[in-house]
Amino acid sequence: MVHMANQIALNFAAYPHEEAVANVTNHLKSFWERRMKQQLHEYVAKGGGGLHELVIEAEKRLK
Amino acid sequence: MALIHETDYGTPSRVAETLVTLEIDGKPVTVPAGTSVMRAAVVAGVQVPKLCATDSVEAFGSCRLCLVEIEGRRGTPASCTLPAEPGMKVRTSSSKLSKLRRGMMELYISDHPLDCLTCGANGNCELQDMAGVVGLREVRYGYDGANHFKENVKDNSNPYFSFEPAKCILCSRCVRACEEVQGTFALTIDGRGFASTVSAGGKPFLESECVSCGACVQACPTATLIEKSVLAKGQGEHTVITTCAYCGVGCSFKAEMQGSEVVRMVPHKDGKANHGHSCVKGRFSWGYATHKDRILKPMVRAKITDPWREVTWEEAINHTASEFKRIQAKYGRDSIGGITSSRCTNEETYVMQKLVRAAFGNNNTDTCARVCHSPTGYGLKTTFGTSAGTQDFDSVEHADVIMIIGANPTDAHPVFASQMKRRLREGARLIILDPRRIDLVKSPHVQAEYHLPLKPGTNVAMINALAHVIVTEGLLAEEYIHERCDLPAFELWRKFVAEERNSPEATEAFTGVPAADVRGAARLYATGGNGAIYYGLGVTEHSQGSTMVMGMANLAMATGNIGKVGVGVNPLRGQNNVQGSCDMGSFPHEYSGYRHVSDDSTRHLFESAWGVSLQSEPGLRINNMIDAAMEGTFKGLYIQGEDIAQSDPNTQHITAGLSAIECVVVQDLFLNETAMYAHVFFPGASFLEKDGTFTNAERRISRVRKAVAPMAGLGDWEVTQALSNAMGYPMHYNHPSEIMAEIARLTPTFSGVTYEKIDELGSIQWPCNEKAPEGTPVMHIGGFVRGKGKFIITEFVPTDERTTGRFPLILTTGRILTQYNVGAQTARTENNVWHPEDILEIHPLDAENRGINEGDLVSLTSRAGDTTLKARISERMQPGVVYTTFHHMFTGANVVTTEFADWATGCPEYKVTAVQVALAKKMSAWQEHYHETRRITTQIAK
Repeated sequence: MVHMANQIALNFAAYPHEEAVANVTNHLKSFWERRMKQQLHEYVAKGGGGLHELVIEAEKRLK
Repeated sequence: MALIHETDYGTPSRVAETLVTLEIDGKPVTVPAGTSVMRAAVVAGVQVPKLCATDSVEAFGSCRLCLVEIEGRRGTPASCTLPAEPGMKVRTSSSKLSKLRRGMMELYISDHPLDCLTCGANGNCELQDMAGVVGLREVRYGYDGANHFKENVKDNSNPYFSFEPAKCILCSRCVRACEEVQGTFALTIDGRGFASTVSAGGKPFLESECVSCGACVQACPTATLIEKSVLAKGQGEHTVITTCAYCGVGCSFKAEMQGSEVVRMVPHKDGKANHGHSCVKGRFSWGYATHKDRILKPMVRAKITDPWREVTWEEAINHTASEFKRIQAKYGRDSIGGITSSRCTNEETYVMQKLVRAAFGNNNTDTCARVCHSPTGYGLKTTFGTSAGTQDFDSVEHADVIMIIGANPTDAHPVFASQMKRRLREGARLIILDPRRIDLVKSPHVQAEYHLPLKPGTNVAMINALAHVIVTEGLLAEEYIHERCDLPAFELWRKFVAEERNSPEATEAFTGVPAADVRGAARLYATGGNGAIYYGLGVTEHSQGSTMVMGMANLAMATGNIGKVGVGVNPLRGQNNVQGSCDMGSFPHEYSGYRHVSDDSTRHLFESAWGVSLQSEPGLRINNMIDAAMEGTFKGLYIQGEDIAQSDPNTQHITAGLSAIECVVVQDLFLNETAMYAHVFFPGASFLEKDGTFTNAERRISRVRKAVAPMAGLGDWEVTQALSNAMGYPMHYNHPSEIMAEIARLTPTFSGVTYEKIDELGSIQWPCNEKAPEGTPVMHIGGFVRGKGKFIITEFVPTDERTTGRFPLILTTGRILTQYNVGAQTARTENNVWHPEDILEIHPLDAENRGINEGDLVSLTSRAGDTTLKARISERMQPGVVYTTFHHMFTGANVVTTEFADWATGCPEYKVTAVQVALAKKMSAWQEHYHETRRITTQIAK
């Protein structure tokens, strides 16, 4: 899950920061199933170690 | 429908603005300038006798049967080579012409066996027909002189057709068909004068360059080249026009039948995707449909180690419904799902995803396009607004520069490859981006101007380098971009690709391709006229598959190569209905017509039509289903026409996931690899048993017509419908046309599609609606579907699948001509004569370093697993890269591939796996285990 999320972040990372966060958020919202989003929330709640900063920011907007 | 005999116009059609009016036997007729008198005569309703002419090849003028008289001119010219002229008055019959034609026929027949009643072509022989037409009553020359007809030499080496030179009239139609239609140049006329003979390069057909497309068989006017099935069974008595079930070209075929038995498949001249051509698979490889391995009765079992128990349809369906209900009651609504198939029809696929959404009550529907072209859907929708290729196939005839990226059309899309090669022979220029030296890099009369043999996994670096050249050398189509594209997005992209790190010189370190070649290729694409990109799974099956699709879209927009004939970004789809299965709402995040499940108005439309409440969040993808199964939250799966245990990556992970599912239902023709892990088996219907539609790579919707009744009693959609009813959600379609009517009602891009219209037009390319009532061959004319074309920043993110000291080589996988996908169909035909097993191609240097010789058994090991197969030393590979196919189950190529996947869509990274290759003395542990596992899991109780 961490690898998958980080790959998404890396592919949007070249955009200006705000646009990149929005893109990552939108991608997770559009394509990730409920359980996967739940896993992400739980992982971040436990510290989110290893997650790209864009994913961490996007996760907050997913809630 | 009676046996269809298509009109043969004798010579190909011509396209010209100038029209010519002439008279044929007193009948006025108007044809495009350049049309032959022979063709004009047929248009006027007059058949001129002929033998060496047929409208699939250019005129040859050798048989001298088609002689005509022209008023005011001397002589009797051949009408096939004579262009129609204004005011020309042509006479096609006279006593003089009759005498000349009879004389020619006497010569032909004097050297032809008179075994008409026992000949395989009896009832379909042009020589016999012409003898009748010219009134041949005697052969004054007798049969005692030197001749060929007593020679009893036959070449039966090809499994599908025989070659009997004794019956050859040397019309050269076969030779010309091989050149002009197929573009292989495998045949020639050897020798001179009386010693002339058709030859496959002096070898038996099977050992020659022949690709067994059958164009020569189709062109032959006698029984010299004839299908063995016709020799065995005789001529067909009725025809069913249907669509091929192999690749995404979607060839139209005439199934020639005797009752419910197929005699032969003949490509349909009116087929707009194939124009009367075919490949070995479509024309000949249909024997699997009646193979002894077909399972014809539904079966159930409690555990996968139990023998299968044959049951009635009613019991199988009720058992499945009961199991799925039990699982949902215990584990929740989202604990089950379904997988649709690109080998099934649009109607079957639509009903499958409807079953999941409406009867299961979730969005856990996915399709096998997940593992091939899902990045195409994502990438082209993001940039252009539509998840589909931009052109029709015929567009290639107007391309000036053809760029092939990660595709091998001569093997995987052979009929389109022939059309492409024809354009290349006419002078279009060719750029190929591929790690391997595919056939098109250099083949008869075709040579790529640039072959960029990039290292696997560096596509995005390469596309950025090409874009860098276009941006920094002032080759942008500025006016086009300003008119049609989103300018802020363009400016961001322009700035990004112009960075020095994206230059050919900087990226050479990753791609391995000399910068000068990249610059040359970019300049050619940008300035060479109409630039058309064709791509395949070498683009999509990467960790940046979607990024690469968007990179190609960027390149096309930057050069103005979108929105007209001759250009475009064109995915070559692997299976027959990849496009259709995606169109039909198979993906977990969108309904038919690519509308997201979270879109309230769309969801309400479906809720209202289907009478249920629908989920607004996306469901699980195939790989997520397997992950969820491993985690214990996904417990029921209905798989229609897909073999994930063989085709999906990291076999061990897939089979472990399947083993964790409590009820796996497989619907297929055969007990495939996935069925080893199944608890219910629904016997499927072959394409010959289906009614419905397929949608090919050019968005062309074509009818699939039932030639024989479903061997297991029910069509695939009927089974899905019955399951839905048993689950408590009613479906009451009486015919697939009613399903299509519902699709059209609920899908704006299909709103004008009906079976009646498809029958009338032959086929329809979507969008087909009020704006385009007869369909849309070329998209984005005058503007993009999304409004403004959107440039996307395509940062190169190298794959995490890296070579190491332990795994120093890169494995890339692909397909070959004679086998198809997981081999379920072709491996049950005589195509195995060409490719009986998967082979590992390895460069001589890598082989030498490992002491590997041609044919040695070698181990192929990755961090995921290992298998063994035989080695072929090949300079088609670059050093450091090895290649194999995944057509045979015992090879287990996907035992080796890994779980890495495209960041956006989850499409597996089949094209890049770090491996080691070594000499092996025995099969891998997986292979040794495989046979026993298969034996146990495929037993059927007596």
